[in-house]
Amino acid sequence: MNKIFWPVLLALTVSACGTKGTTPAQVEDRTGTGTATTAPATGAASTGTSSDSVSGSALPGDATGVDPRKDPANVLSKRSVFFDFDSFVIKDEYSAMIQAHASYLNANRNARVILQGNADERGSREYNLALGQKRAEAVRRALSVLGVTESQMEAVSFGEEKLRKTGSTEEAHAENRRTDVVYGDE
Amino acid sequence: MPRAVLFYPMLFLALLCAPFSARAALEIQVIGGAANKIAVAMVPFQAAPGQPVPDLSQIAGDDLERSGQFRRVDLGGAARPVAPAQVDHAFWRGRGADAVVIGQVSALPGGRFEVRFYLMDVIKRTQLAAFAYTIPARQWRATAHQIADIVYEKLTGTPGAFSTRIAYVQKQGTRYELRVADADGHNPHTVVRSAEPVISPRFSPDGTRIAYVSFEDKKPVVYVQSLKDGRRTKVAAFKGSNSAPAWAPDGKRLAVVLTRDAGSQVYLINADGSGLVRITRSASIDTEPVFSPDGTTIYFTSDRGGSAQIYQMPASGGDARRVTFNGSYNVSPSISKDGRRLAYISRDEGRFRVVLHELSTGQTRVLTDSARDESPSFAPNGQVVLYATVQGGRGILGTVSLDGQTRARLSESGVDAREPAWGP
Repeated sequence: MNKIFWPVLLALTVSACGTKGTTPAQVEDRTGTGTATTAPATGAASTGTSSDSVSGSALPGDATGVDPRKDPANVLSKRSVFFDFDSFVIKDEYSAMIQAHASYLNANRNARVILQGNADERGSREYNLALGQKRAEAVRRALSVLGVTESQMEAVSFGEEKLRKTGSTEEAHAENRRTDVVYGDE
Repeated sequence: MPRAVLFYPMLFLALLCAPFSARAALEIQVIGGAANKIAVAMVPFQAAPGQPVPDLSQIAGDDLERSGQFRRVDLGGAARPVAPAQVDHAFWRGRGADAVVIGQVSALPGGRFEVRFYLMDVIKRTQLAAFAYTIPARQWRATAHQIADIVYEKLTGTPGAFSTRIAYVQKQGTRYELRVADADGHNPHTVVRSAEPVISPRFSPDGTRIAYVSFEDKKPVVYVQSLKDGRRTKVAAFKGSNSAPAWAPDGKRLAVVLTRDAGSQVYLINADGSGLVRITRSASIDTEPVFSPDGTTIYFTSDRGGSAQIYQMPASGGDARRVTFNGSYNVSPSISKDGRRLAYISRDEGRFRVVLHELSTGQTRVLTDSARDESPSFAPNGQVVLYATVQGGRGILGTVSLDGQTRARLSESGVDAREPAWGP
């Protein structure tokens, strides 16, 4: 992953035309392997390839008018919650991320999120749709507990239809067991 | 292990008459021996100039063989009768035949053909059927399937299902197509094209409409589409996910799975989207509903007992009763037309295979030997199960007989096929 290219591109995109189609979420959390790409001192942001690097990303950035949700240095740019096999429990490592999205949604009552649950490819497509829904619901409930209103959220499932990683390795399966947080204006 | 593998490359020739040209290949794998199979001699019909290929007896013979209840008698060196009077019953009996199918094709003006066919019982030395058809070339394969249906019914007592249709989803790159094809995979017609996934197609009981789930709105939504004019309506597009449509036998209502009020739960809804009623009330996953043929019972998949299992409940709502007990993952129920059997997918040591379940006795039989089977669907006559599996990294469709001994593959090269459903 090109560490310099993406932040620069994003900064340009965001400053030039506000919200545009490409979401930083697509840059984030691709590998899920736990190898955190930490930011060098130059200020070029972290691409945070791991979900457990969340706690390290503080909240700089939005003073410049950059959408905090799209600032790679901002925890709000983290959009994926990964789940263990056959589990629908949100792991502690995502609490900062979920808290940040809840705060954003509470501060911006017009903001809406779609919580897109996913499943790995094994087994029935319809049953996997239901499993993905459970993962989406888990995130919806967590946000709800933190004060986000129901009208701001929709939990949906893609089941195994939108695999981020194909292949029958455990790594691919783990990458696909997740919920993505997507804002309504994205 | 397969004892005999028969491969018929001849179906490549059928391209000539397929409107949405598809490179189709049909492979029939017979695992068991010939015991209990009806032996039929499929004698090539007397040909007419310019007739389509392959021969009608070839197409009908493939149909019969795919059912698992028939085997072809070797024709090597035999005289080939084309009329009843020419059939030497004793000779064919000596070849081990129970029946002989013969016929003639003659060309008519305007590119039409007259087809005559006869089914002879060489044990009783009687004629069991004789039919004539006047057809345009485009009805060639349909005529062969009708011949197979007649032979099948006369010799087994059960109506054939060779003239029926199947639906499936084909994925090519990032394009999805919902297709309707003949039961043997030929004559595919695309009825939905989308850049987003389509899953769970289900024919209405009369075959005029098809329900399916489309992700074109960035979430799963249930549509019902006319197969006559292509018009469609969103039947279920509630907040959350909408999926798993199943037609009630009267064709007026569907069971669907919605998440609008809770997790995935089963609801009934009219085919026009009105009259929503929730029928499961659990804190678990309830999905993949299917109506019993009499409409009184719904079978569905639930994890309420801690693992994915199949349950049944009254279609009007009420208590559910567990149906499957073996293993920790039994999903995707399909029920036979007579209501006596379920086919579903069962996971065993990491393999997902098609299982047949006799509802009266609870007896089960694993029908397949693959590892990633999905979406079983009974033929309308309940004698064969259509399913999806993965072979060589590619999604393919297959059929398997109820004894698991005869498997056939319906596939096109270079594309992924999945989500099959058998229609009327």
